[in-house]
This record gives sequence, C-alpha cells and structure tokens, in this order.
Amino acid sequence: MSTVDPAASSKKSWLARLWAFVVELWDVLRRPSSVFGLGVLVFAGFVAGVMFWGAFNTALELTNTEKFCTSCHEMHDNVFQELKSTIHFTNRSGVRATCPDCHVPHNWTDKIARKMQASKEVWGHLFGSINTREKFVDNRLELALHEWARFKANDSLECRNCHSAQSMDITRQSPRASVAHQRFLFTSEKTCIDCHKGIAHQLPDMRGVPGWQ
Amino acid sequence: MIGKPWIFALAIITATASTSLVAQTVNSGLRGPTPLNEEGPAAPMTPPRNTTEREVRNYPEQPPVIPHNIEGYQIDINGNKCLSCHARARTGESQAPMVSITHFMDRDGQFLASVSPRRFFCTECHVPQQVVKPPVDNDFVDIDTALSRAAPGGRR
Repeated sequence: MSTVDPAASSKKSWLARLWAFVVELWDVLRRPSSVFGLGVLVFAGFVAGVMFWGAFNTALELTNTEKFCTSCHEMHDNVFQELKSTIHFTNRSGVRATCPDCHVPHNWTDKIARKMQASKEVWGHLFGSINTREKFVDNRLELALHEWARFKANDSLECRNCHSAQSMDITRQSPRASVAHQRFLFTSEKTCIDCHKGIAHQLPDMRGVPGWQ
Repeated sequence: MIGKPWIFALAIITATASTSLVAQTVNSGLRGPTPLNEEGPAAPMTPPRNTTEREVRNYPEQPPVIPHNIEGYQIDINGNKCLSCHARARTGESQAPMVSITHFMDRDGQFLASVSPRRFFCTECHVPQQVVKPPVDNDFVDIDTALSRAAPGGRR
C-alpha cells in the first residue's frame, strides 16, 4: 500500500498528486467493505443503477425531440421550415412525424450508435460548419447522401416504423402508386428511399443521383 | 330649347338610373351574389384528379394535361421530379409516357442530348386537373367533331 506524505506531496507537481490520489482511490475500491453489509451494498447498487439508467434514458429522450433538434438555428431555419409544407408535418388526419421519427432509429442499439455519430453534428454546430444558409446549401448534397445511405442500408427502417408494406391497402392507393408498389416494393426490388427522395425536405443538386436527371 | 321642367325630370331620371345601377347585384356564375366591391368566400378546395389514364387532347398542339397528383413535386435548379419518371431513360421502370422529342430541341431547332433548358419547367404548360364542375358552360368541339358535322353522312 502506498501512502503519500502530505508534506512531500505539497511540493510535488499536480500530476504526481493526481496519480497518488488515483492509487489511493484504487486501494479503497479493491478493499472489501468493513462497514456496510453485502445486502446493503447490493441494494444500494441496484437503486443507484435504476437511477442512473432512468436519468440516462431521460436525457437521451430529451435529445430525441423536435424541440431539441430545432433549438439549433441550422436545423430550425433550413430543414424544419421545409418540413412544414410537406405531408409529414400537416395532413388531413393530423398525425405527423417529428425529426427523430425519421432520423433516429427506434431500437436501442441502433439509436445509441446513431447518437454517437451525432457527436459529429455537435462538433459541426460548435465550429459553425453549416451556420449560414450558403454553407448549408453548399453541403446539402453531402448531408443528403449520408441520410440516403442510411435509409438504403437499413431498408428504409424509419419509414417502415409507420408505413408497413403488410398493412398497405393498394386498392385504396392511386393506380400509379398501386402499380409501383406492387412492382418494386413488394418484390423488394427497391426500398422506400429509392423513389421517395425529397418528400420531407428540399432536394440538393440531383445530377448524378440514380433515377434523376 | 328644353324647358326647366324637362331639365328637372331628366335630372331625376339620371339620378334614379345611376342609383339603381349601384344597387344592382351582379350575379355571375363565377363570383356568385357577392357585390363587386366585396370579396366573397373562397370556393371549397377540390381533390386533384389522380389516375393513370391520359386525357384526349382537344387539338394536336395542346400540351397534354397531367392526369395525376403532382403535389410537392420539386422542379427547380436542383432537380425535376417529373423527369424521374418521364425522362427517356426512366420510362422503362415507370412506364410513363416519354417527354416529347420536341422538348430536346433548342430555339434554333437543334436537338440536344437531353431536355432543353427552355422546356425544363413542366408546369409552365402541363397542368394537373381538379375534379370540379365548370362554373361556365363551354360548347367547344374539337376539329374532328366539327368536320364530321359538316360531312354528308356525319353525325349532327
């Protein structure tokens, strides 16, 4: 066990003192408890775990709201304004999609993975990579390509959270939609995003994008 | 010379006539009974026609009307949603009619490899249709009907 002489430590650098503290903390942690019973420790650990998990998920869900997304002017002034005129914001039945419904996977593992990727977006916000309309428009294709790639890779999972091919009544669709869905969607030849690009936001320069001129 | 009573009578007639003109309600099929100086209630919106069936053109040069809904279709410098079905290369998958070859022609009559910029904005000529009862009757007949009527054995 290494104890540090207080008189000597005051002369040492802050790094050495920090190291001494870490070593001492480690000694305390690896020693069995001599005060608390095992049951108390287990129960306290359980309660602390519940509290941590609750707090973690609450904080996570707070970042999963439209209010949070549009608190950055980059999102509020560009993509949110464009969303407002589309059917995913206003429609006859009043059911609507918010930002995370389409942009964050709903199941937990994928959600955490996406949230970790989103740290890049925090970086971009802090350093102003799209903080003007001009910069946003210049980067629009790259941003859109990321989203299209994600939808393509997960077979448009976020679309299918609401729009299920099984529940689609093609007799209630327009003839065009009915034919296209039977031919391309039901055969899994294409996924939603292949045809439905730009339904919630305006499109970037589409030259070179497959299916576009 | 007109006498004083005549002038008086004329003034009364003119005043009455102009008053009745102001009070007269102009009742046209388009604007309804709303007075000219007021704005009436907007007509209820009607659903767009949404089929795959082409409509017959009324004359050969008529830009074909769009038989389907085009709400939210983006046509601007970044892209043209119409062309993602109606472009030459896209018609195989979409089975939509190809953009007419005239749209590949520039103003000097030269054919370009793709749709000419001056023909890029589809909705300048091609328009979707609403399901409405026309407020004004129209007795237009196309040239085939007109010729048929003139022909000896044609239907009248």
